[in-house]
Amino acid sequence: MENPAASKGNGAGSNSADLKKFYSDMLLIRRFEEKAGQLYGMGLIGGFCHLYIGQEAVVVGMQAAARPDDQVITAYRDHGHMLACGMDPKGVMAELTGRQSGYSKGKGGSMHMFSEEKRFYGGHGIVGAQIPLGTGLAFSNKYRGNDNVTLTYFGDGAANQGQVYESFNMAELWKLPVIYIIENNQYAMGTSVERASSQADFSKRGSSFNIPGETIDGMDVEAVFDAGRRAVAHCRAGKGPIILEMKTYRYRGHSMSDPAKYRTREEVQEVREKRDPIEHLGNKLMSQGLATAEDLKAIDQDIRNVVNHASDFAKESPEPDRAELYTDVLA
Amino acid sequence: MTQILMPALSPTMEEGKLAKWLVKEGDTVKSGDILAEIETDKATMEFEAVDEGRIGRILVPEGTEGVKVNQPIAELVGDGEVARPVAAAKSETPAPETKREVEAPKKAGAPAAAPEAQAALAGPEVPEGTEMVTQTVREALRDAMAEEMRRDDTVFLMGEEVAQYQGAYKVSQGLLDEFGAQRVIDTPITEQGFAGLGVGAAFGGLKPIVEFMTWNFAMQAIDQIINSAAKTRYMSGGQMHSPMVFRGPNGPASRVGAQHSQDYSAWYASVPGIKVVAPYFAADAKGLLKAAIRDPNPVVFLENEIVYGRSFPVPKLDDFVLPIGKARVVKEGTSVTIVSYSICVGQILEAAEKLAAEGIDAELIDLRTLRPLDTEAVIRSVRKTNRLVTVEQGWPVCSIGSELCAVVTQEAFDWLDAPPTKVTGKDVPMPYAANLEKLALPTVDDIVRAAKAVCYRS
Repeated sequence: MENPAASKGNGAGSNSADLKKFYSDMLLIRRFEEKAGQLYGMGLIGGFCHLYIGQEAVVVGMQAAARPDDQVITAYRDHGHMLACGMDPKGVMAELTGRQSGYSKGKGGSMHMFSEEKRFYGGHGIVGAQIPLGTGLAFSNKYRGNDNVTLTYFGDGAANQGQVYESFNMAELWKLPVIYIIENNQYAMGTSVERASSQADFSKRGSSFNIPGETIDGMDVEAVFDAGRRAVAHCRAGKGPIILEMKTYRYRGHSMSDPAKYRTREEVQEVREKRDPIEHLGNKLMSQGLATAEDLKAIDQDIRNVVNHASDFAKESPEPDRAELYTDVLA
Repeated sequence: MTQILMPALSPTMEEGKLAKWLVKEGDTVKSGDILAEIETDKATMEFEAVDEGRIGRILVPEGTEGVKVNQPIAELVGDGEVARPVAAAKSETPAPETKREVEAPKKAGAPAAAPEAQAALAGPEVPEGTEMVTQTVREALRDAMAEEMRRDDTVFLMGEEVAQYQGAYKVSQGLLDEFGAQRVIDTPITEQGFAGLGVGAAFGGLKPIVEFMTWNFAMQAIDQIINSAAKTRYMSGGQMHSPMVFRGPNGPASRVGAQHSQDYSAWYASVPGIKVVAPYFAADAKGLLKAAIRDPNPVVFLENEIVYGRSFPVPKLDDFVLPIGKARVVKEGTSVTIVSYSICVGQILEAAEKLAAEGIDAELIDLRTLRPLDTEAVIRSVRKTNRLVTVEQGWPVCSIGSELCAVVTQEAFDWLDAPPTKVTGKDVPMPYAANLEKLALPTVDDIVRAAKAVCYRS
């Protein structure tokens, strides 16, 4: 495995070591996604490709608050989640290029990747479908009587699907240990939250089911981490589900083919300059004397190497054998 | 004097048990008073008075089983009227007519169904000399679930009304008592939610049985069945899977109209990544449901509400499991191959008797599984009979019959002496009116006609 940065944390409080790890975890996602965008432009990645650039603090902070045996499930903007779960960047990138050594042997692609080992349950292409699935994973924990928690991620767009509320109802009714993380990046493809949501405060979306909710600055990894720890503790204590709305922003289009005409370039630029989660943390590390500019540069160089290796691996791996067409349909 | 008639208390009820009288002769009743408790095959129901008056004679004593719908069960007399003797009342009771030929079950099954079912049961899974017990399909399904839940504590049942209500169609009767609320779980009315929750639980290592009150409601959940359950093994390169069963009654029941009367067989049978089972006989229901629960793949298990109450012999074996994917020759013959599944197997059995009377010796195949479809069994038979008729209640376009006709045409073209022929439901949403509903569904006569046509007999 070649993922020096990302792995789930142990739920300890954030200290200088944590902050550095947050920094490199987020940077790994950023650089990985930049590379994926580049490979897409070269025609090496096909189909839909949804980049996580800008939202890195959400998954890094949350996963640091979880245990390695907790489960994770999300939708199709999933590369960052996989890296944050400790999945191998080579296997993820090779799946993006549709190769045999990808996590799904090249049969899943960007939106459909899984790792039983890393407790990552996808990677789901249908908006909202992962929410009952995550609730079901939490059900399996409750059924078995273990204290695992399921982190179920979805966006502000998915939050308007009916099955979200079906899941909320059952989760609270049966006190299932599930954290619903709503990554509010303000646009459901091209439709802004204001144009699609009668209740734009997503932390309140569980209120009619008595599910507590909280809104967090999803561009601040420490704030996310703190909220994540509270939420994990809530679930592990058997208090049922909890909702965390993460205010975040994606810099790129909805997918690679989205020109993002629904917002101004200035709007994006302003977030990049004022709220970027990685830059914010980098500045903090330097201002508190926890790292020098050179240290950060070295981290970046290490990560670029990892990503370049992943990219080379993904380009060099063979396509799946023709016989794979008919495997894995049934057991 | 007004006759109080045995009421129909469900769309498919034809008879029931008069469990208990709550009034006695001479009592005065007014509308809304509860007269009696009536037990259907699904539930015990209270029966209220509609008219006012005094109970004259009670014609059917409590505890009587098999009381036909519309049979007079008591008399209500007005002021000053005198109840007539029972004998007189009885003599003028007309035999109640049931117009619902569509759903006419073999009367309580056992005697009429026994010979055909015995033939159907011959197979390697039933050792010679095995004792048979008569069971309804409903009981066989329940026993299958109970046996598997005893065997494997990761198996659980969830769905609407499966627990405290004992099942909307009583299929899960007794399971809550035996296994408790942790494993027999009443859900809210939330098909997409609980179907998806079931798939997630299966990802998490459990073996859910997700009951849909009917498959009509599963359309709300079809995304989870197909996109999440059926495709995940493939999309994950074999890493993740959902070993589980989606089950419930499929196809038309009786007089419930278009939205509650659809056969989804062809829909699910077209989807890679799942298995689809649609049994007719109780033994198959049991052996195949047990197999479905153990199967490492998601299985769509299509039952039939009308068939629930039919009785057939079931082998008395400790662990009776049948292989998924195998059709069975229910009756051997030489003149024409008639293929069907689920409730229409009952119809092809009847059709075969009529055809025999006209010298046509039909070979009957019960598909039992629709995916994987046992086309080999059908082709083998067609190579013998040179003729094919398929029978189903589903719509004609892109049906199970369409697939069989295509496969047989391609694989056994040189053996065919007549065009393969489909008998299906009509290409319309299900009408409500009794006469139109009957027209919309295949009948025994339709099957006889089709079989004669491919035999070039008029």
